[in-house]
Amino acid sequence: MIATRSNTAHPLPKLPTGIEGFDQLSRGGLPRHRTSLLIGGPGAGKTVFALQCLVNAARRQRSRGIFVAFEERPRQIIANGATFDWGLAKLAAKQIFFMDAHLSPTLVKAGDFDLAGMLAMLAAKKDEIGAQWIVFDGLDVLLTLLQDPVAEMREIYRIRDWLAENALTAIVTAKLEERTSEAVHYGFLQFMVDCVVRFHRRQEERVSAPSIQITKYRGSSYAPAEFPMSFGPAGIEVGATEPAEMAHEASSERVTAGFKRLDSMLGGGVFRGGSTLITGVPGTSKTTLAGKFAEAACRRGERTLFVSFDEAAEQIARNLTSVGIELKAHLKSGLLRMYSARTEGISAEEHLIKLRSLIREHQPRCMVIDPLTAIAKAGSVGAARTVANRLIYMAKDAGITLLVTALSEAEDPRTESTDLQVSTIADTWIHLSYLVRSGERNRALTIIKSRGTAHSNQVRELVLSRAGPTLTDVYSAGGEVLMGTLRWEKEAEDSARKTRQRAEFDHKRRELQFAEATTSAQIKALQMDLERQRAELALYSGQDEVRNVSTSARETELRKRRSADPADLSARKSGNGAAK
Amino acid sequence: MSRQTRKPKARGAKVTTVVLLRLYVVGGAPNSVQAIANLEAICREHLKDGHRLEVVDVLEHPRRAMAEGVIVTPSLAKLSPLPSASIVGNLSDRNKVLLALGLTSKAQ
Repeated sequence: MIATRSNTAHPLPKLPTGIEGFDQLSRGGLPRHRTSLLIGGPGAGKTVFALQCLVNAARRQRSRGIFVAFEERPRQIIANGATFDWGLAKLAAKQIFFMDAHLSPTLVKAGDFDLAGMLAMLAAKKDEIGAQWIVFDGLDVLLTLLQDPVAEMREIYRIRDWLAENALTAIVTAKLEERTSEAVHYGFLQFMVDCVVRFHRRQEERVSAPSIQITKYRGSSYAPAEFPMSFGPAGIEVGATEPAEMAHEASSERVTAGFKRLDSMLGGGVFRGGSTLITGVPGTSKTTLAGKFAEAACRRGERTLFVSFDEAAEQIARNLTSVGIELKAHLKSGLLRMYSARTEGISAEEHLIKLRSLIREHQPRCMVIDPLTAIAKAGSVGAARTVANRLIYMAKDAGITLLVTALSEAEDPRTESTDLQVSTIADTWIHLSYLVRSGERNRALTIIKSRGTAHSNQVRELVLSRAGPTLTDVYSAGGEVLMGTLRWEKEAEDSARKTRQRAEFDHKRRELQFAEATTSAQIKALQMDLERQRAELALYSGQDEVRNVSTSARETELRKRRSADPADLSARKSGNGAAK
Repeated sequence: MSRQTRKPKARGAKVTTVVLLRLYVVGGAPNSVQAIANLEAICREHLKDGHRLEVVDVLEHPRRAMAEGVIVTPSLAKLSPLPSASIVGNLSDRNKVLLALGLTSKAQ
């Protein structure tokens, strides 16, 4: 009924199992009204898987199911199922009918038998409760008792025909030792059913890693690879790969990376929904930057998830307080969720599943994982690498702005590539390092890449104070970056030089002023000289007139005294004037 | 007196020898048909005077069969005398059946 939607895409109607990841790799679930076979070694998760299908169908579709237990007692199965959050005991009373088909060890087998009676009983039960699902758990136990391959085949046929008649979606589980070659009837069983799912459990560096693989699905496409699987609170979760096609909405919205100066280096912050990687050796303040990012997100009122490893959340919050990052209030308000995971003996897959359920619970908009490299502590690096990639894509799919830190073993940021290889898929990559000079260690921050952003390519010094982290410019002198005391020295030196320059300038100005003053003084003196000369000239002209006047006056006097003619005197006077 | 002495004797003998058996079968299924035939033969030979056999067809009484713990068919339950026993199969392996029903000593 649910699968009708996909009828056009798949000719085979399917029923979703509700098992995280499995419906994805099976392209919709198990074939409806058909039989699926689950095979694997003991403890590989077949029973849990089968039971989880019934539980999910009962809880989500209100459909009922029958569980036929050949291997374990129903009481035992229900008790085991109580470890998951299924509410199995309640379901077992009404929606899931358990049939105890566990054959007692004292049972005597005398001759051939068959399942005709059992199927008749199950048919009656099915009609009574209206069951849509049926599980035959541990069918191999019963078939082995037949001790006759021909009889086994006959019973398998009988079950198949019965299932087809009764329109039930069936799951059959059977044990399979991986080391032994498959017995004939399992081969036949696989041939008979429409879908075969294999369960593996192998040892990977002290961690037992369960996995799941679809090896057959009649009339349907499926993801053929082996996928890691784990047991969470909701039961089995399969780490299915994300869709091959990248279809993430690219946001142009910027959010702060923590503080202003870092944002300006990144051209305005990081993109909403983007992923940021901070690498660095221990003690380079990766956690501080991560904490600042989380605090900024909480201040915007955004739900935030802070995941750390092997360090208690309270401890991290307390340590961050010393650098002015306050997370406790946000923790109290529930906006921030801090989760500290144990790493010892936990595989990367299990971490991923835990994180996925945390994301589902908390619904964060921003998320910090500090450090992401911790997931590779147990298990193989290869597995951790795919998990890291999936984690980043998972956050991207959910539109979560992600910040992860990664511990690099060496100063050179390129060594990060040997680890989880996150740097290639992260949108922004910030590297923190120490620069040691003159007996001092100082933290340097470099932005190695930032997609879609004009970012600064300069190295900045990261300074931590009670007011929080900030960045200061660094000096490059003679091709070297100066920090800390050296920077301070350089600054002092620079300021002295500036003072000197200022003094020199003042001096020069005064000199020039003096020169100007001198010149203008000279001009004044010359002007005065000129005036004096003019005056002198005027004086000289005046003396000449006086002399002339006195001469004529003397002549008149003489004439007067000699009684000369006055007309004659005036003629001489005009002639004198013309000559002038 | 004689009646009194004979009666408890006869009763006592009957109480110890009456075997209560229940056989679950499925209609005309080959194994079921065979089981009925095999069991009747065993009863004829080994339980001449003291046995009661009930044949339950699971097709007709599926709920009862389920309630009584039937898993496969045919299956035979010895309800009394104790110890009880359950045997599955078409009962073609006569020695096994006799052993399970506790009749071997009489057979030999």
